[in-house]
Amino acid sequence: MADEIKTMNMIEAINSAMDIMLERDPNTVVMGEDVGYFGGVFRATAGLQKKHGKTRVFDTPINECGIIGVAVGMGAYGLRPVPEIQFADYIYPGLDQLVSEAARLRYRSANDFICPMTVRTPFGGGIFGGQTHSQSPESIMTHICGVKTVIPSNPYDAKGLLIAAIEDNDPVVFLEPKRIYNGPFSGYYDRPVEPWSRHDASAVPEGYYRIDLGKAATVREGEALTVLAYGTMVHVAKTIIEERGIDAEILDLRTLLPLDIEAIEASVKKTGRCLIIHEATRTSGFGAELAALVQERCFYHLEAPVERVTGFDTPYPHSLEWAYFPGPVRIATALDKILKD
Amino acid sequence: MPESHRRPASNLPPLSLHVPEPRYRPGDTPDFGDIEVPAVDATPRPGEATKPDAMRDLCYGLVRVLDFDGVAKGPWDPKLTPDRLRVMLRYMMLVRAFDGRMFRAQRQGKTSFYMKCTGEEATSVASTMAIDRADMCFPSYRQQGILIARDYPLIQMMNQIYSNRGDHLLGRQLPIMYSAPEHGFFSVSGNLATQYPQAVGWAMASASKGDTRIATVWCGEGSSAEGDFHSALTFATVYNAPVIFNVVNNQWAISSFSGFAGGERTTFAARAVGYGIAGLRVDGNDPLAVYAATQWAADRARTNNGPTLIEHFTYRSEGHSTSDDPSAYRAADEATAWPLGDPIARLKQHLEMLGEWDDERHAAQAQELDDLVKTTQKQSEKLGILGHGMHQPFETMFQDVFEEMPWHLKEQCDQMLAEQEAKFGPNWKPE
Repeated sequence: MADEIKTMNMIEAINSAMDIMLERDPNTVVMGEDVGYFGGVFRATAGLQKKHGKTRVFDTPINECGIIGVAVGMGAYGLRPVPEIQFADYIYPGLDQLVSEAARLRYRSANDFICPMTVRTPFGGGIFGGQTHSQSPESIMTHICGVKTVIPSNPYDAKGLLIAAIEDNDPVVFLEPKRIYNGPFSGYYDRPVEPWSRHDASAVPEGYYRIDLGKAATVREGEALTVLAYGTMVHVAKTIIEERGIDAEILDLRTLLPLDIEAIEASVKKTGRCLIIHEATRTSGFGAELAALVQERCFYHLEAPVERVTGFDTPYPHSLEWAYFPGPVRIATALDKILKD
Repeated sequence: MPESHRRPASNLPPLSLHVPEPRYRPGDTPDFGDIEVPAVDATPRPGEATKPDAMRDLCYGLVRVLDFDGVAKGPWDPKLTPDRLRVMLRYMMLVRAFDGRMFRAQRQGKTSFYMKCTGEEATSVASTMAIDRADMCFPSYRQQGILIARDYPLIQMMNQIYSNRGDHLLGRQLPIMYSAPEHGFFSVSGNLATQYPQAVGWAMASASKGDTRIATVWCGEGSSAEGDFHSALTFATVYNAPVIFNVVNNQWAISSFSGFAGGERTTFAARAVGYGIAGLRVDGNDPLAVYAATQWAADRARTNNGPTLIEHFTYRSEGHSTSDDPSAYRAADEATAWPLGDPIARLKQHLEMLGEWDDERHAAQAQELDDLVKTTQKQSEKLGILGHGMHQPFETMFQDVFEEMPWHLKEQCDQMLAEQEAKFGPNWKPE
């Protein structure tokens, strides 16, 4: 069973990870708005309630503070809750429970209590979701001390990382790039969507496997520069780089915290140039942290200033979505600049 | 294993976790026969200054005016003139015609999103008609009836839905997230129940300034679970704020039935009891009952007798939005089995009873309103539809983040403009 390979999109892979953990560990519970009978607004929990019962996979009141707070209490009992926040844009009412409680429970109780919770939440734009269905709040999560932050970029990773996140004894925020649930995104919004089935990473073992948190993946090896990306932007970056025939090394960070600093350091020391790409707003975004780390650790290897390609510092617009999104032109401009001499 | 996992030696029966379950799922035949519908004149109408603890029964009863033969009776009858009733009917029919067309426009790919309020028209139309035009409304996302009942131009609603050149929100907001301050309509957020404490703040400000205007606010029964709802009720009772809280209990929050907001245990009107504020539970499909309850609450608020929570007991006849297919989670015939009927049909029947309306006039009005919506839609579409051309100057993306644009946004704006030129050539700027 474990060796059987199935073609999955990201939703199916995420569903499979929860299914397996519900099967393996009787303490795993899945909950959130519309996740039970209906199976989630993005279908990530489809069929799980029917299979594992409604006391293990259940709907919750529309109260994100309650969802995360209740998960903290369940964790204190010994359960392993996997709450879903329907859109990352809705996580803010739950931030007090996440920042002040979940993240600090182990520390403040000197290990008396832990919070083995994994908050799953779809994030990111490119779906005409407007300002309340498009945000990328990952740097808010990485700024909390005591929460791990994971962002998969393909079905294979999504499953292995989610299993590792659920098994982790600390709180994990698992951000799912919803634009690529059904297929990788090239960054060209006017081209047809490519399904996952044409991508190698849609070959997903049906059984249990894990991808350890804190390890980046090398999407592509190269010498000309290092591109640091995660989630949707891995695919956008790859498209532009291949289009332009640039010998770039692309690292898919996969876990933002704890970060695979060794992989970043080794790559930037090799290439001497570093481009950071994320969809989130620029100021105090995760790119700022990456740029600081790179210059601290690789300064004497750098041949050009570290560049950032990001979303703009505005709320996510509805109709001007594609002027906002860090797409091909923004990335190409940054590549030209960083490779200039 | 944590300490708490060790069960004490005990002969007590094991605990069990209750997870609510709606009575009907796809494939079931719904039967709402056990929903208690008290007689139309069974619910007394207390004075507007009555202390909340002396009127708790109203949180568990049902304010009604129209019986199922279309006769208005009982102490809550607002005794509206036939002209006023016809205006109310017209507004509700216009909402329905508008919803029908805009839903289809989304299906035709002309915009990204739409939400209908079918079956719930009374909860916003009749409610808005019972307050003063100068009173401030804090809507959730399904209160298009407020704008219609305040004669907001239909074309402006459509322009917003299409994010087109006429959209005064500059295409920034998801469709239906209107803003109309000159019509006393606060900007729709999209996040749930956030408007609840804001309405209380507006009402507190009005009171502190010695104004005479009050605030009204809407949310669904599902989002009454949010903390903001409870924050709002706490502030309202503490400051005796002149505010009306509407909870539109339409039974469904996407796929979650009202039991996931606590509806299995008590009514939503009864939330008022713990906060010491007045609560009314109203037949939300009876436009006259909605009007009467709102008028009562408005009089109470305006005479410094404090806030009221009104539960509108109704039913969401359609899906949550264009992104939703309710046949995946609820029984197909629930809307027709709903014991409280349809608000438009009930008001029509009442007017007919009075000899003030008939099928012919009804059909003619339906046609007239549909034509009006259709004509307006054509005008609006001349100003563009979503995804077909850029309708706003690109610079608008960076405006209004702040009153004055800081340096970093100016830089980013220049960068974005250069990107458009790179993408579309030197003559990229739309006229």
